[in-house]
Amino acid sequence: MAATAWTVRGIIRRMLPVLVVLTAIELGSGIVLDTFEGTLLRYPTLLVLVPVTIGMAGNLGSILAARLSTALHLGLLSFDADDDRLLGNAVATIALAVTVFPLVGAGAWLLQTVLGGSRLPFLTVVAVALASGVVLAALAVAVTTVTTYAAYRFELDPDDVVIPVVTNVCDVLGVLVLFGSVRVLVGSA
Amino acid sequence: MTVREVAQQAYRESLPVLALSAAGGLFAGVVLGGMDAELERVAGLLVLVPALLATRGNVYGSLGARLGSALHQGLVEPTFSTDDERVNAAVAAALANGVMVSVIAAVLAVALLGVLGRPSAPLATLVAIALLAGLISGVVLTVAVVSVVFVGYRRGLNPDTLAGPVVTTTGDVVGIATLLVATRLVLALGGG
Repeated sequence: MAATAWTVRGIIRRMLPVLVVLTAIELGSGIVLDTFEGTLLRYPTLLVLVPVTIGMAGNLGSILAARLSTALHLGLLSFDADDDRLLGNAVATIALAVTVFPLVGAGAWLLQTVLGGSRLPFLTVVAVALASGVVLAALAVAVTTVTTYAAYRFELDPDDVVIPVVTNVCDVLGVLVLFGSVRVLVGSA
Repeated sequence: MTVREVAQQAYRESLPVLALSAAGGLFAGVVLGGMDAELERVAGLLVLVPALLATRGNVYGSLGARLGSALHQGLVEPTFSTDDERVNAAVAAALANGVMVSVIAAVLAVALLGVLGRPSAPLATLVAIALLAGLISGVVLTVAVVSVVFVGYRRGLNPDTLAGPVVTTTGDVVGIATLLVATRLVLALGGG
């Protein structure tokens, strides 16, 4: 049996170091959350937005990364600023954020209003979600393009490297951007 | 293809998965929103939230990808039995990784909060919560991932495209819900 590649110890030895590094990065965003815990606990509607903002940021980045990696493998991608495939995927990422994030904000407000009462106006929550989404989509495009380009230059397989890096970096950016939108649109009271 | 065609195709292909994961994320958020009492009582718990959620995605997403590749290569059979050594090794390694990284996250969080001079619950409390949450969510997510990948494969679906969305939608909900359960258990047992 070719069980050598699939021993428990082998899998742990290969994955654990990467997981610990990624965890350390994620703790950075945890510390940011801790910084505005007071605001989050005063307005639980914003707490509802936390996992979905983190998740959507990572998803936007990882979908874009997967598409760019495949295009790169197929030889369909160049890293010119006027590359149709690069531009088209970037435009789609922004459009997806503009579609989904206002719905996420509306959903968060609605659920919190039904379950516990929301202390924030509907439009404020939608605005926080939309602003976070647009900024995150732009950052996801930048991070993914740079990471995919770096993998390509260093001759690494983008499938191995880009998705974990992009997902976790976008997670952290998700919290930072949410923090920024809350600061600007709700205040830090 | 023009920019417009590329954008339209990417948009259409990605929207369903994103909508699904947004719905999952909102449910996770509702649980987190209802956890305000616990978050207030256990200082430092919120610091762990992104790390624990990411760990669920990284560990069980990788388990799904591993099983998907093995199914494609014919290395494992899509049947539920306890004597497939490969599946057992992959599951045991995922559970061990998930639990170990959760505990490491708790230790690092307490250390980080200490360095920054911020309030933190005792190390034992946060470690116990992370350990319990890691264990329970690990079992639930293993069952979910193995079931969906195996059943999907038997029905002719590509496990590679199934595992990702399953983990991103269930991972957050299961991750937060088990964190709540673990926190209540540890508080009830006298921690904190």
